[in-house]
Amino acid sequence: MTTLARSLRFAESEVIAYRRTWRGTVITSFVNPVLFLAAMGAGLGSLVDDGAGELGISYLAFVATGLLAASAMQNGAGDGSFPVMAGILWRKNFHGTITTPIGPAEIIYGRLIWGLARLTFVLVVFAVIAVAFGAIDLGPALLAIPPAVLTGLAFTTCITAWTLTQEDGRSLSTLFRFLIVPLFLFSGTFFPISQLPDYIEPIAYATPLFHGVELVRKITLPGADGSIVTGIPLWAHLVYLVAMLLIGLYLSIRLLDRRIRP
Amino acid sequence: MSENLVEARGLTKKFDDFVAVDAIDFDIKKGEAFGFLGPNGAGKTSTMKMITTVSPITDGKMTVFGLDPNTQGRAIRSRLGVVPQEDNLDLELTVAENLFIYGRYHDMKKSEINPRIDDLLDFAQLSERRDSRVEPLSGGMKRRLTIARALINDPDLIILDEPTTGLDPQARHLLWDRLYRLKRDGATLIITTHYMDEAEQLCDRLVVMDEGRIVAEGSPRQLIDEYAPREVIELRFQEGEKDGAALKLEGIANRSEILADRILLYTDDADTTQERLHNRGIHPEQVLVRRSTLEDVFLKLTGRRLID
Repeated sequence: MTTLARSLRFAESEVIAYRRTWRGTVITSFVNPVLFLAAMGAGLGSLVDDGAGELGISYLAFVATGLLAASAMQNGAGDGSFPVMAGILWRKNFHGTITTPIGPAEIIYGRLIWGLARLTFVLVVFAVIAVAFGAIDLGPALLAIPPAVLTGLAFTTCITAWTLTQEDGRSLSTLFRFLIVPLFLFSGTFFPISQLPDYIEPIAYATPLFHGVELVRKITLPGADGSIVTGIPLWAHLVYLVAMLLIGLYLSIRLLDRRIRP
Repeated sequence: MSENLVEARGLTKKFDDFVAVDAIDFDIKKGEAFGFLGPNGAGKTSTMKMITTVSPITDGKMTVFGLDPNTQGRAIRSRLGVVPQEDNLDLELTVAENLFIYGRYHDMKKSEINPRIDDLLDFAQLSERRDSRVEPLSGGMKRRLTIARALINDPDLIILDEPTTGLDPQARHLLWDRLYRLKRDGATLIITTHYMDEAEQLCDRLVVMDEGRIVAEGSPRQLIDEYAPREVIELRFQEGEKDGAALKLEGIANRSEILADRILLYTDDADTTQERLHNRGIHPEQVLVRRSTLEDVFLKLTGRRLID
């Protein structure tokens, strides 16, 4: 068997397990993003669009594109945290797996493959709903899926690595409270970064979700001007997110090995 | 000529400054049931983890199937069946799915796995539970399923780490019965245990481990013959009388052990020893004569009991 085949075998077992546990993920994966889209985009949006109308596009389109990337982050972060802690501590399935020909690296690759499939599905569903809301057109919405998936996976690998350094699950909800939620709110999802005080803007540029959001908007809203997106080139966002994914991947493999093969 | 499946020389495992396994030597032959007997913390599980290649060797040399665990771990693991000390079954999944996943990990085709699952569930007496979730199963059933899972790839060597710890007596006997069947069919087993009866019943040959070292090696019979006289008299006394009696035991038996709750006298002739007890005016509340066991061997070798 090749590394890829072994990774796929692990991904396959995660799919079998997911068939039993998917109900628990429906709310965060599908329902919450749609509620945000309805409340912020359609509800709040009618107020925003009646006002200054500085954006040049509907606020619904602005929020839908931001939420696509933010939803990818939340799902990706979710994949990198609780299931990983479960594998080493609660379900302990990683410990059993490494007594077979599957090794720690293939557990990480397998989870990434499974995360890729799941994220793609979740985001396509979201994009279709956004199209139904009239937020964006179908073509650009589908074009935005790959950069959004990349954003999600970059979070998956980095948060997997971080989770593997934690003693137990207590710190995981802290992570969501103090990192994921602030990123969700201040990465340009709901308002352009240019609205932030000038001295905070550079901090926003340094955070990962900002790059995901920018990437999605630059692809889905080709006509967007400086009031919506920055002048940072596309490739810079890509480099940032790919680097994040690869660094997280490298660390995850090393940390998992150290954790379960003492 | 018997072939060695595992050979270890000076095998050592350290965690920082702590030496879990201290330069041990052993050979495990094809077709035998080999035991590691010792109390908790003796280094048994660390040794198992090195054999299963899930824990790197700190020092010394070991081969499994003639292969090097450091560089050929995957090839070794593809021929092993591992029953860990702590069950790590997937509780959310069904009995059959737990086996199926491991079949896939071992690169088996779906068409090969399904008939194999039928056979293994039959062996583990779980056929009727095939499609039940694992969570509500009893401890004994979960252990049997873990053993069935370890057999999915038809392994050349089966490693069982404390297979019956935590099970009630009936579940233990059912499990032992399954392990006998594997032995009878020619499987090679490695069993760690801190139960002397388990070691006596299942192992053809065993090593006694204590504080990371091997302190004795042989068949259960050889070890008992070598380290413990044939019979043991266990004496229990009324409150406060034990210490007085302990002073009068000089020369009454081959050897005596004074434990917290009782006194053990080791002798080749229990009748004569009992007569001497009576003559010296020692009147225990309760007297039990039994044959020596591996527990007595362990006590003799280490001065401590297997289970505290």
